[in-house]
Amino acid sequence: MGIRFVLMVNKQGQTRLAQYYEYLTIEERRALEGEIVRKCLARTEQQCSFVEHRNYKIVYRRYASLFFLVGVDDDENELAILEFIHLLVETMDRHFGNVCELDIMFHLEKAHFMLEEMVMNGCVVETSKSNILTPIQLMDKAS
Amino acid sequence: MGSQGGFGQSKEFLDLVKSIGEARSKAEEDRIVLNEIETLKRRIIEPDIPKRKMKEYIIRLVYVEMLGHDASFGYIHAVKMTHDDNIVLKRTGYLAVTLFLNEDHDLIILIVNTIQKDLKSDNYLVVCAALNAVCRLINEETIPAVLPQVIELLGHSKEAVRKKAIMALHRFHQKSPSSVSHLISNFRKRLCDNDPGVMGATLCPLFDLISNDVNSYKDLVISFVSILKQVAERRLPKSYDYHQMPAPFIQIKLLKILALLGSGDKQASENMYTVISDIIRKGDSSSNIGNAILYDSICCAASIYPNPKLIEAAADVVAKFLKSDTHNLKYMGIDALGRLIKLSPQIAEQHQLAVIDCLEDPDDTLKRKTFKLLYKMTKSSNVEVIVDRMIEYMISISDDHYKTYIASRCVELAEQFAPSNHWFIQTMNKVFEHAGDLVNVKVAHNLMRLIAEGFGEDDDAADSQLRSSAVESYLRIIGEPKLPSVFLQVICWVLGEYGTADGKHSASYISGKLCDVAEAYSDDVTVKAYATSALMKIYAFEMAAGRKVDLLPECQTLIEEMLASHSTDLQQRAYELQALTGLDRQAVEAIMPQDASCEDIEVDKNLSFLNDYVQQSIERGAQPYIPEDVRAGMGEMSNFRGQDKHEPSHHVLRFEAYELPKAPPPSKAAPVSIASSTDLVPVPEALYSRESQQISSAASASEAGSSGLKLRLDGVQKKWGKPTYSSPTPSSTSESSSQKPVNGMTQVNGASAVNSRVRESYDSRKAPVEISPEKQKLAGLLFGGSSKPERKSSAGHKAPKANASAADRSQESKTAGASNEAVAEKTNHQPPPDLLDLGEPTVTTDPPSVVDPFKQLEGLLDSSPGPTIDHSAGATAKVPDIMSLYGGTTTGEQSTSGGYSIPVSGEGNLLSGLSNAAAGGAPGEMTFTSSQSVKGPNAKDSLEKDALVRQLGVNPSSQNPNLFKDLLG
Repeated sequence: MGIRFVLMVNKQGQTRLAQYYEYLTIEERRALEGEIVRKCLARTEQQCSFVEHRNYKIVYRRYASLFFLVGVDDDENELAILEFIHLLVETMDRHFGNVCELDIMFHLEKAHFMLEEMVMNGCVVETSKSNILTPIQLMDKAS
Repeated sequence: MGSQGGFGQSKEFLDLVKSIGEARSKAEEDRIVLNEIETLKRRIIEPDIPKRKMKEYIIRLVYVEMLGHDASFGYIHAVKMTHDDNIVLKRTGYLAVTLFLNEDHDLIILIVNTIQKDLKSDNYLVVCAALNAVCRLINEETIPAVLPQVIELLGHSKEAVRKKAIMALHRFHQKSPSSVSHLISNFRKRLCDNDPGVMGATLCPLFDLISNDVNSYKDLVISFVSILKQVAERRLPKSYDYHQMPAPFIQIKLLKILALLGSGDKQASENMYTVISDIIRKGDSSSNIGNAILYDSICCAASIYPNPKLIEAAADVVAKFLKSDTHNLKYMGIDALGRLIKLSPQIAEQHQLAVIDCLEDPDDTLKRKTFKLLYKMTKSSNVEVIVDRMIEYMISISDDHYKTYIASRCVELAEQFAPSNHWFIQTMNKVFEHAGDLVNVKVAHNLMRLIAEGFGEDDDAADSQLRSSAVESYLRIIGEPKLPSVFLQVICWVLGEYGTADGKHSASYISGKLCDVAEAYSDDVTVKAYATSALMKIYAFEMAAGRKVDLLPECQTLIEEMLASHSTDLQQRAYELQALTGLDRQAVEAIMPQDASCEDIEVDKNLSFLNDYVQQSIERGAQPYIPEDVRAGMGEMSNFRGQDKHEPSHHVLRFEAYELPKAPPPSKAAPVSIASSTDLVPVPEALYSRESQQISSAASASEAGSSGLKLRLDGVQKKWGKPTYSSPTPSSTSESSSQKPVNGMTQVNGASAVNSRVRESYDSRKAPVEISPEKQKLAGLLFGGSSKPERKSSAGHKAPKANASAADRSQESKTAGASNEAVAEKTNHQPPPDLLDLGEPTVTTDPPSVVDPFKQLEGLLDSSPGPTIDHSAGATAKVPDIMSLYGGTTTGEQSTSGGYSIPVSGEGNLLSGLSNAAAGGAPGEMTFTSSQSVKGPNAKDSLEKDALVRQLGVNPSSQNPNLFKDLLG
């Protein structure tokens, strides 16, 4: 299935966006997010951007105060996921212009829409920024 | 505040976000959210809420759930919002619903109807929104409700719709393969969709299908190879480029698919060699994404039918990974090495020091990956070092999940490669001691069996030596507090069986220890049971040897306590022990023969030894036994062979539960055991049968060779104990100190020497080698086996040689790669975000070097008429045509069409063109770093945003609101 979840968490450990591709209850999510964030926050910049947690492999990347964490299956290519995160950030950056944590907070639904365009059923299905953003721009015009 | 209005949201929403952003603790955040829940509960049911307001409420609900609270009171409003005609509201509604509900939620039924309607909409955005929801919310039961429409949408004129429709079908296949089994051909069809996005998405379901059933898709090998070739040759629209890499995510997916298809299939693999080696050769090792592709190329090369040249090329890339300074690449390198090692084990040798560096790295992730590699390369010559390392690490961590994993790995390796039984026992002791409760019980039973059976050769002295060393080690360990239950069971069993065998320890000493165990772990019934049985054996052996037995007072109290135990198992054991102490020597010898745990128990199912007794009883007038079947039939009463049976009704229970362990009792003992058995029938069988092996009997008292034991035991300790795990301990301390200098050196190297990095970095590796003989030793142990110095030097020669040969082969690309690597290092330290916005400008600078293919392709990007003609032809023709569409053989139309496909003959030129491009990559990146400073307007933006942030008071701690600026600064 590949990607199991995408999380954005700031360095205080507060969740800013969460998208799960398998169902977990709210309690399970809360516990999982807490554990993962604690693990990733404890790591230094020199260490790998990958952490094993239970049955997940977490690939994470930090942008300023915001951590992007992607939980994947064991057979996923970690470097590719790392770049997928960056592609997501680049895409948001193109849309918001110098994207920051606040953009995501104020436009939570748009960040979700972008992710919806990029990932379906836990697979990366779209990597062309223009294709990802077209529907979102069209909706902006419609509203 | 003008820009705040630009966000287009109400003051209330802004305040909420602001307060959440400002929350300093989880508790504070929870308070805010709970408050919000109350507000929303009140507001959301008000009549006539404007739609925009409602959308905002829904997003606030999303916040509530995201922050870990229940928002189920508002679900229904999200469902209602999906009915809205406005696409923004509708999609927000769908989004909220997919975030809130799982596919089995009751409300789903209300949405299915809306989805059905939306799938028919004229507005493709509405259709897409509905398809998104289909992928998240449709379960097995509701598939039929939307399936026909989804199938219809596969032919929709909008590529975005086709893409989502194929993913919906993928989802159905995941959920219920049978429901779409007749529609599988659609995936093949969509593979030749004229939109690369649809094609790329289709690779996901195809990957799943192929991993389930490789053989049905062998015919697609040529198509996949051809697509991969075209992608690598930049035939896809430039919007799919990522950091100047042509559609890297599609390339990776294709490589994964090829790895599956080529596994163990020489014919299929032969089609792949060219394209994979091209990708490796042209690979850009200066960027993460380039390395990601290289990594999957290696995986593919390792998975398909091996090709020596390809493996050599892959090994060179692995070498590059391992020599890198970034942990991520080392990690990938270790993983890739683990894949290649299966094909050519000698590859590991030249990387031994790199591997050891990774093993000793404080980074857990890297360390664990390295353990996985070591696990793969374990042989009987290096098993001791590897397992000792694993155990050392296992002791140091607290993560139960991983502890279990690594403990089972240790056990597996030890069982498979143990150089000696002594070592095996020592190793098992350590595993049990530190991860006992996480280890499978079977492992404990195996260990007991090994101690009992010994070497398997008829070397009694060695066996008894093994046993007494086990006893010694257990007596040492037994005093430790809080031992795991499984381990205690092993200890008790071994002490009972062999505690007094060598005559070194007195029965009262051993039984004292056993009583201590039973007392210390009085909550653990199983341990107690093992201890009791062990006590029984000790006393039995004493009595059999003709010595007088005095029960220790603590033993006496233990027995008394257990006689009244709630556990019937313990009761039975206590009674047995009590009964045994009252027997004479001969009976005891028969019941509890010494060292008989391995003897086969011969169960005399006919109980012929009772014949006399039965006969006597019958003569005295007892009723003869009537077998059950006869009794049921009531027919031939004459036919009873029941004479050999005794007391029909208890037969099953009694003999299962009791007779087994004491099977071959000679005539005298028999009545006793049976008599007691009637009292103790209700023994839990599972418990008992587990124990049965140890009480088993049949005479053969093996010799306890006590002479010279001490001396030899010491030898053993030194051999297995000291060098293996006592020497690593000093090295681990020196490790941490030596670690830093090593890292420091390589880093300095990377910074100062940009030009000839390869050699330099090799030297820098060499330096620490001379410094730390410990590492050298470890390397020798891990990779070299016995002849350490020789191996070392040979390995030393090998590395430069490999470099030289690599340089010969592709000097240009290598130097380019080297400088690229240096750039990569820099960019890696200052994270890549700078790459933003660069994609396009730099790409435009690139084309001059790669003129032809690009120009040809440009048409495709804009979905020009040329390619569409080509593809529509392919689409009408069905499956078999995929081949012709993508196949390199039917070159005629394709070369002219400028679609994905390209004539094979053109390959040479294109390749050289591309390698030029790769060489030009480094300057390209340079320009982009410089272009960073040109980001004028962006800086302004960020300042504005910064001002806004300050106004809002959100995140006052972060001085810099711009994600990317921040990183650059």
